[in-house]
Amino acid sequence: MSLPLAALGTLAWRNLWRNHRRTLIMLAAIAIGVWAMIFMAALMRGMTDQMVRNGLQTLPGELQLHQRDYRRDPSVVNSMEPPAGELLQVLQSAPVAGWAGRVRVPAVISSERGSRSVTLLGIDPEAEQALGSLPEDLFEGRGLEGKGDRGLVIGASLARRLETALGKRVVIMSQDPDNNVAERGARVVGIYRGRLQGDEDRFVYAGRAAVQELLGIGQQISEIAVSGNDYRRVDEWYPRIAAAAGSGLETLTWTELDPFLGSMLAVQDGFTLVFMVVVFLALSFGLVNTLVMAIFERVREIGLMQALGMRPGLILGQIMLESLFLLCLGLVAGNLLAVLTIAPLASGIDISSVAQGMEMMGMSATLYPALHVQDMLMSTAVVIILGLLASLAPAWRASRLDPVAALTRD
Amino acid sequence: MSDIACRELCKTFHQGGETITALDHVSLDIEEGSFVCLFGPSGSGKTTLLNALGGLDTPDSGAITVGGQRLDGLSRGELADLRLHNIGFVFQAYNLITVLTARENVEFIMQVQGVPAGERRALATRVLEEVGLAGLEGRRPGELSGGQQQRVAVARAIATSPALVLADEPTANLDSRSAAQLMDLFVTLNKERGVTFVISTHDARVMGYARRLIGMRDGLIVSDEQQQPHAMDV
Ligand SMILES: Nc1ncnc2c1ncn2[C@@H]1O[C@H](COP(=O)(O)OP(=O)(O)OP(=O)(O)O)[C@@H](O)[C@H]1O
Ligand SMILES: [Mg+2]
Repeated sequence: MSLPLAALGTLAWRNLWRNHRRTLIMLAAIAIGVWAMIFMAALMRGMTDQMVRNGLQTLPGELQLHQRDYRRDPSVVNSMEPPAGELLQVLQSAPVAGWAGRVRVPAVISSERGSRSVTLLGIDPEAEQALGSLPEDLFEGRGLEGKGDRGLVIGASLARRLETALGKRVVIMSQDPDNNVAERGARVVGIYRGRLQGDEDRFVYAGRAAVQELLGIGQQISEIAVSGNDYRRVDEWYPRIAAAAGSGLETLTWTELDPFLGSMLAVQDGFTLVFMVVVFLALSFGLVNTLVMAIFERVREIGLMQALGMRPGLILGQIMLESLFLLCLGLVAGNLLAVLTIAPLASGIDISSVAQGMEMMGMSATLYPALHVQDMLMSTAVVIILGLLASLAPAWRASRLDPVAALTRD
Repeated sequence: MSDIACRELCKTFHQGGETITALDHVSLDIEEGSFVCLFGPSGSGKTTLLNALGGLDTPDSGAITVGGQRLDGLSRGELADLRLHNIGFVFQAYNLITVLTARENVEFIMQVQGVPAGERRALATRVLEEVGLAGLEGRRPGELSGGQQQRVAVARAIATSPALVLADEPTANLDSRSAAQLMDLFVTLNKERGVTFVISTHDARVMGYARRLIGMRDGLIVSDEQQQPHAMDV
């Protein structure tokens, strides 16, 4: 027997509007619940997004290539040749948005007043621009002016500790591949403020060619950082680069380079889902109650439908359809509400009053809620699946009513 | 097809420690095309018997055969299908689905049966006209009088050409004029289409229409006789 969907649909729709008030209240509840699901998800996504982005700029890059032994011993011995041939070709084609070769070695920086151990980064500022990895807040002096720049850009905190200042000379010292001390005097040409204080103390920037010359490593570099401008989609292009890099190099994505950040993203989906389910559980009591009331009010009519020859399955189906209509209307309203409330917040929410102390986690003072279609779909799935599951019990009981008892009910 | 046979039907209800015998070893045969009235005092078991014949209620013991089909052993779904295709019910009141118009109420069963829309519409228009409701198709039950509502229920019951119509005090809520119209309609359908009618009633005037009168008391059949039908005087 084919399902008389049109008949059931008409019945379900009209029964839904039998009691306007009750239906509208339930609709409002579902809409607000759905809105809360999507809005909270957007806030959480915005927050993680920012943490990951900040993290990636410090790393930096969504993907890094190293000489195979570099991670075990990140010294100048384990350097690599700059990319050439197939690897260079892949790096210069889409979806790669930018790449940069760096020299990254442990070093000691000394002023007249003190010494600190730092990470010396020999960079090509033009190439780094595409990665967004240069310090953005340069509050004194200038940035590096090319890979041959012999000046140093250091963090404000480091400058304070070394009691040095813009324009002063410092000595930078590291080891060359033969374990000889390589050192050179250099002038501080810029002072930056980092997103995190730890960065300011740690990273010292210099022109790449100048560092290569200091270490006597020719054109060799320590790492290649690659960005595709969307940290979520690295997996799509990662294999091509890994293949082109060959077995002499190790290719690592940011989730492997920074497992904490990686796990943040992984638990995000789980958190969002749990949050949505919890919101819906609260809603489901109202939903079930609404259905139970709606059924209770028309027990006699359900008896009549049984007497007319409607199979129990059809009665169940009619009530499930009624619930489905209610859920869908609530979803449409809730999604609309979410879009309408999130869109005006695109320029960010100022959370500086609560964000202090969270800076350590890589958070900024402005939160940009991120509305993802994925979250809208997830909330839809949660509401429809759990909603229908919750409706099953009252609908089942309605379909099992004893027709004689139902018909004689007054 | 609509021959009905009951053998030794028993049905008891338990209420507050009391046992009420609604049907007490009732045996009965009704031939196809009959026009039967069940009468008897309140509580004599008329409704219980009709519900059992329509498969709405299951007797404690005994067997019912409708059109060669044994009802015991059928599932709820199979009983529903039997009613859907073969049996029309008309109750005393609240016969209609309140959210549907007169036409939609008539079309509803056909829709469930899977009758194509065009055919359904034509048939609904015809039977509604036949029961004298032309022009009122678009009204909902709340906008119809009691008599009109009953006639919609009859239109619905006959639209699918059931072999058997079970009517439980169909005139109880009607004024005598509407009652007479309804009974005339039943007689016409019985004569012209050969639909079997089993009607329960308290109303002596309704009994006049029957060709066979079955009297009940305390769950027993106490009389069963053929008669010459005569319409009631209005
Ligand atoms: N669900 C029930 N629970 C308890 N007793 C019931 C139930 N249904 C019927 N009875 C009893 O069974 C007996 C027969 O009832 P039934 O409704 O068949 O009588 P009836 O002849 O239709 O009466 P009326 O003319 O008042 O409609 C009555 O004594 C009634 O009280
Ligand atoms: Mg009765």
